[in-house]
Amino acid sequence: MKANFKYNISWLAVMVIGFVAIDACEFLGIINTFIENMLVTIGINIILATGLNLIIGFSGQFSLGHAGFMAIGAYATGIMTQTIATPLGFYLSMVIGIVIAMIAALIVGIPTLRLRGDYLAIATMGAAEIIRILINNLKITNGAAGLFNIPPLVTWATVYVLMCLTTIVTVNFIHSRNGRAIMSVREDEIAAEAMGINPTRWKLAAFVFGAATAAIGGSLHAAYIQTIAPGDFNIMASIAILIIVVLGGVGSITGTFVAAIVLGALDTILQNFGTLRMIIYSLALILIMIFKPSGLLGNWELSFKHLGIHQRKEQSIHE
Amino acid sequence: MQTFGQQLINGLSLGSIYALLALGYTMVYGIIKLINFAHGDIYMLGAFWGYYVINQLHFNFIWAMLSAMVFCALLGVIIEYFAYRPLRHSPRITALITAIGVSFLLENGMTYLFTANTRSFPQVIKTVTYHLGGLRISNIQLLILGTACLLMLLLELIIKRTKMGRAMRAVSVDPEAAQLVGININHTISFTFALGSAMAGAAGVLIGLYYNSIDPLMGMTPGIKAFVAAVIGGIGSVPGASVGGFLIGLLETGVQAIGLSAYKDAVVYFVLIVILLVLPAGIFGKKTKEKV
Repeated sequence: MKANFKYNISWLAVMVIGFVAIDACEFLGIINTFIENMLVTIGINIILATGLNLIIGFSGQFSLGHAGFMAIGAYATGIMTQTIATPLGFYLSMVIGIVIAMIAALIVGIPTLRLRGDYLAIATMGAAEIIRILINNLKITNGAAGLFNIPPLVTWATVYVLMCLTTIVTVNFIHSRNGRAIMSVREDEIAAEAMGINPTRWKLAAFVFGAATAAIGGSLHAAYIQTIAPGDFNIMASIAILIIVVLGGVGSITGTFVAAIVLGALDTILQNFGTLRMIIYSLALILIMIFKPSGLLGNWELSFKHLGIHQRKEQSIHE
Repeated sequence: MQTFGQQLINGLSLGSIYALLALGYTMVYGIIKLINFAHGDIYMLGAFWGYYVINQLHFNFIWAMLSAMVFCALLGVIIEYFAYRPLRHSPRITALITAIGVSFLLENGMTYLFTANTRSFPQVIKTVTYHLGGLRISNIQLLILGTACLLMLLLELIIKRTKMGRAMRAVSVDPEAAQLVGININHTISFTFALGSAMAGAAGVLIGLYYNSIDPLMGMTPGIKAFVAAVIGGIGSVPGASVGGFLIGLLETGVQAIGLSAYKDAVVYFVLIVILLVLPAGIFGKKTKEKV
């Protein structure tokens, strides 16, 4: 953390500038409700996809059950804020959602993370579906009808701040000793084990971390959209998050940002096309994958550190 | 006992549909390690083809099913050629996303062309219900079971006894070595897609006849269930897919019969996770030893 302090401060500055820019646009009326809606969706998608990218891109575990953990966060907020309709209640519900999601991730992860590749994907997908079906049949979650009239306790600013916060925490986690342990498990499990890293433990750590961010995304989704139903968190929802991760480039947080923004903007533009919308969307998806198989950015990362090193290298060459 | 027998019959009819679909998943996975998400939608297209030829061209059942099989086989080959072949050497997750894209395209393309409304499938065969010792069996259930078993036997013969089948097995074991001994990988993979898609097409027509309703999104859930069946049976194994399909069908009807129909999917997934934990490669899957 200390070593990266300078870079974190730089990023924080970028985020503050971004906040001011959006705020100014809002004030000047450039951003209407329609665009604000799009921005919030993009922000929530970034939170969700960053967590999934940590699981898929950095720990190398193929999870298809992200929507299940998102559902836990969303329902925690939906149920709690109906009794405590204050911002404090919202944050409390978010914390509870995160804790439940982490416990669920432990229960799901401890047995299933022994599986590899596609088997793990199918097992996590099954687990997420089980969570959804349970929500669908419980009384407290109001069954298939879902919850509505959830108090609107979230503005775009909340989403923005939480997006920045989760990204900073995730990126610092990746760049820490623990993050390197996780990446070493991705590269070669046996070699990592020989170096004294417990693969199961770090895979589980990444999985639980990802579940926690999914719960944050779910909480924000519930409080912003104000209506949630179990159907919102089906396999297709997990796949939508997966698409963002793969489109941006597996293992690139910058890519996740770019893909979430591109897809969010594409979705908004395609609203005008009516029924043709999904056809164009799917064609775009297939074509991007065929012509850019490693995603829009591959595993390239925008980083002040690398820019700094580049400059220093160039300087030394010139000297 | 009587309800048990009745549920057994219902479960086997549903299971044979899953088994037919699971065969396509398992063959494609076995050969190029791709979860072909669009497979469920090929099944949907098979059902729509059956609907069209029976209504417009007045085909009888046999011809409708055979033409649907040919149509779906062609479609499978075309999809493989345009969407999956360029990605054969890309990361597998990329190919998976492309498969999901193809699935979206087929679903939404059909919704655009035919609207999302549910249509009733023309009943070319009049339903006759036989009573056997208190059990009710319709001729359609018998037809489904019979056709499914026949197709599975045929498939097993193709894979085990023909030259192309041998090539398929060779490519799934080691594509490069297969190429070295003169097997055309592209043809073999196309053939695999054709076979799997033909099975899905047949399943589509059969399910149209059985449930009497079709819509553009009908392939989604059965597709995922059939994939689960393939995984339970041991992905890559043809007998495994059949067994897995029947198992899922029986499980689903069984859970429904004891009054837990709201939880039937949850039970299927739970069994999936348990089986994967006990037998990580499925029931018939090959256990691979890890070399250090």
